[in-house]
Amino acid sequence: MQKVGVVGVGITKFGKRNDANMNLLAWEAINAALQDAGIEQKDVDFFTVGNAGVWSEELLPAVTVGDYAGLTPKGTMRVEAACATGSAAIRVAYQSIASGSAKIALAVGVEKMYGVPVPTVVELIGRAGNFFWEFENFGLTFPGYYALYASAYMAKYEVKEEDLALVSVKNHYYGSLNPYAQFQKRVSVDEVMKSKYVAYPLKLLDSSPITDGAAAVVLASEELARKLTDTPVWIKAQGVASGSSNLSKRSDFLGLEASVEASRQAYKAAGIEEPTKQIDVATVHDCFTIAEILAYEDLGFAKRGEGIRLIREEQTYKGGLIPVNLDGGLKAKGHPIGATGVGMAVEAVKQLRRELPSTRQADIKNGVALTHNVGGTGHFAYVTIYSL
Amino acid sequence: MRLENLPIVKDEKDCLPLFIDQRELILKYQIPVSDIYPFFEGLKEGKILAPKCSTCSRIYFPPQSVCPFCKKSEMQWIELSREAQLLAFTQIIVKPQSFQDEGDYYVGVARLKEGINVLARVVTDKRPRVGSKLRLEVTKNNKGNLVYCFVPID
Repeated sequence: MQKVGVVGVGITKFGKRNDANMNLLAWEAINAALQDAGIEQKDVDFFTVGNAGVWSEELLPAVTVGDYAGLTPKGTMRVEAACATGSAAIRVAYQSIASGSAKIALAVGVEKMYGVPVPTVVELIGRAGNFFWEFENFGLTFPGYYALYASAYMAKYEVKEEDLALVSVKNHYYGSLNPYAQFQKRVSVDEVMKSKYVAYPLKLLDSSPITDGAAAVVLASEELARKLTDTPVWIKAQGVASGSSNLSKRSDFLGLEASVEASRQAYKAAGIEEPTKQIDVATVHDCFTIAEILAYEDLGFAKRGEGIRLIREEQTYKGGLIPVNLDGGLKAKGHPIGATGVGMAVEAVKQLRRELPSTRQADIKNGVALTHNVGGTGHFAYVTIYSL
Repeated sequence: MRLENLPIVKDEKDCLPLFIDQRELILKYQIPVSDIYPFFEGLKEGKILAPKCSTCSRIYFPPQSVCPFCKKSEMQWIELSREAQLLAFTQIIVKPQSFQDEGDYYVGVARLKEGINVLARVVTDKRPRVGSKLRLEVTKNNKGNLVYCFVPID
């Protein structure tokens, strides 16, 4: 296996982007990543397009994006793994280089969720699990799936809604420091508590928003990466796992088994035994506040049932035991499904290159960053370790 | 405001022009169920059935006609027990497009004594509690179709 480096990153402003169609949005990220890498389209051997789609009009996003961005006739494919689509797009591009079949590969994630009315988006993501047995007759929604976890976790560990609100407060705080974030406004526990329920016990301000956005990374073989940049960021390891389609088949609702498995694989391959000591900064999949707490535990930042203590003690702020989501997370930065995982990679690379404003730049001691990208409700999990 | 002779409107908030697609697509799936037909026949008789692998005794719920571990489709249909314990629940307030005609509803996952979990509506006016006892029943949904649901046992 060839060593693979990230040599260029690009991201768009996340939010409601009525100023750009999907192709233009993808181009914004691709153009930024190509410039950051100092390469042209002709240098790219292969590219992947992460896009969940359906809410946007094009059914073949890999070719419409490729054509628009001047990447035709390079080989491509659309990659989909629900909310982990972005990480899956990176995985395919990564493997194309690791296997030796490509020297330079680009992965772009793009999503235009405002292409259809909001109730249609609620319907589509509610269907994303097991349509026939858990949606058709019962009408679950995506917040509803995570609310199941929240209800069980809160009952078992005596956690209050106010505790979960602390995650929203942190991530909105960092969103206010990130010009690319959808929400630039801080929120208080009181504001979270007063926001409306979407799926009890989760409220609007426990939830990531509907988002348009794109992000791109350029990956290169070791030899080329060293030529292209003085600061390549290596993809040290990636763990991947899946979970049962039906939520009824989960053994308990206290953690995501797929996240545990993906992190076990990634830690083993990267030689990580004490995550909070060896990882400088993490971006985790906080589609809902409860999801960030589960991630702390699934990734081994805290023991089962003790994740809530990390946020209560502000241990996941910059300067804490392990800083988490210093870009605002999905909660405040936004969650454009296909772009989310690629956006996480962009953040990890910028953190390791120490390119961020001091207010949200983590201390880089080990030169190691983690991204944790979940698809659906633990239906997919991708844990990636980036290192200097 | 719509432009003359063009399906272009300005967004109410940011005033940016949006082309409104004129080709509406309606999707209605046709899903084969012949291999699990006994389940639906069971519902008509007020029973909730699940296939049990004749080789390894695994029970499959939701029903499927193949045991992928034994690589066999020799299944025996058994009737599930009705008493269940609630593992997790939610109340859906913001509803999907196709559920807009319903009031807020509870959905829960509960464990049966066979060790399998079932996800279904919890029909109640009162917020349920994790750990509480429920009964699995056959009922009709608001479209008049037979479905299974949980009701609290007080």
